[in-house]
Amino acid sequence: MIVRELELDLDAFEGPFDLLLTLVLKEELDLAEVDVAGIVVAFVERLAERGELDLEACGEFLVLVAALLELKARGLFPDEEAELADLEPEEAAEELARRLAEYRRAKEAAAWLAERLEGEGNRFFRLGPAPLAPKVERRLADQEPESLAVALRLLAAEPPSVSLAHLELRFPPVSQFLERFRALLSRRRVFDLDAEVEGMSRIEQAVAFLALLELRRSDEVALEQGAPFAPIRVSRAEAVDERRDEWIARSA
Amino acid sequence: MDRPLRLITASPVDRLAMTLEALLVVASQPLSAEDLAVAADDDVERVETALRLVADRFAEGRSGIVLEHVAGGWAFRASREAAEACGRLFERPIERGLSAPALETLAIVAYLGPVSRPEIARIRGVAADSVVSGLLERGLIAEAGREDGAGGAIRYRTTPLFERVFGLESLSQLPRLDDLGESTDEIRTRLETVAERRPA
Repeated sequence: MIVRELELDLDAFEGPFDLLLTLVLKEELDLAEVDVAGIVVAFVERLAERGELDLEACGEFLVLVAALLELKARGLFPDEEAELADLEPEEAAEELARRLAEYRRAKEAAAWLAERLEGEGNRFFRLGPAPLAPKVERRLADQEPESLAVALRLLAAEPPSVSLAHLELRFPPVSQFLERFRALLSRRRVFDLDAEVEGMSRIEQAVAFLALLELRRSDEVALEQGAPFAPIRVSRAEAVDERRDEWIARSA
Repeated sequence: MDRPLRLITASPVDRLAMTLEALLVVASQPLSAEDLAVAADDDVERVETALRLVADRFAEGRSGIVLEHVAGGWAFRASREAAEACGRLFERPIERGLSAPALETLAIVAYLGPVSRPEIARIRGVAADSVVSGLLERGLIAEAGREDGAGGAIRYRTTPLFERVFGLESLSQLPRLDDLGESTDEIRTRLETVAERRPA
């Protein structure tokens, strides 16, 4: 008999014992919801079915269930752990007896209630929401409809338009720089970007750079930069092609 | 002496009784003598006299409608004789299917309330969350403040509906806890007997 494979059918869990342990250890199943007595009953039933005493399985089961019970007890009484440990055995027994008596009384009281319910089962009565409380009449002072109109008119007036002047940024069109660089390249094979944009505003410099990227994308120029932050050299794309042609010719 | 049911009455107490009947037939919850006195615009003592008159008219065996003193007030209900007929037509959702854990929890709240979930769990030895939620939903218990200190747990008490369902005039009608179950000494003796039987 393998304890791990013990099939359980509890309120909180249905499946093999080892899966229950896994779920409890991973804290995916709250041990407080698990009926440990139900596990014991399932084990004893399985044991009875076999008709022979499997000491190995019993030992393993006892260890597992004791561990489960300890975990559960610690979970249920987190603060009282120390309190009970501090007690003398005599006092601990007293405390245990007190708690058992308390629970026994709760069970007896529950039995009394169940009996009472049985006896009162033939009492039918009307149930419903709480009766309506008397309506309180709300007294308002006399109102002039005209004053309401005045108040509304104030709200209905169009608010002054807000100036957006401070938000305005002047972006020169990219095309302006495209034309300028193309013209420049028709005259010179190579130019230095930094030299060309010197004295311009930051925005203009940024747009100039964008224009340059645009030219590079359409393969009109080749870009070179010796090192980060070094001047950017812009050359006509044919020039690169020519150089490559030369190189190919030389290597061939 | 059996008082005959008179349709036309002249006595002021009879008239007051008729008013009380009207109030009670409209109510869906027990009404206290004080509530009735305010509504009938009369004094509590006279209302109590008139209530005795109404209770006499609407008594088991005499009427299909019965006046009962329950949950700290007065309410009409169906006579027990008509229970079978009522059961064919009407549900009893509040008490239907109350489980043993629910009754245990209800008993703890009724006797020890206001009481918190951790306290209930401590006595019963299992978590009380789902059971408490179920009882709250049925309206048998209600929140009653929090435990002392910051972030104290919510405490619960039983509702007038609990008293009504269980046919109690008030919680004081519950039997004394001392009369229920074994005493601590008896349990202790039992534990010791088991301990003695264990081989050392």
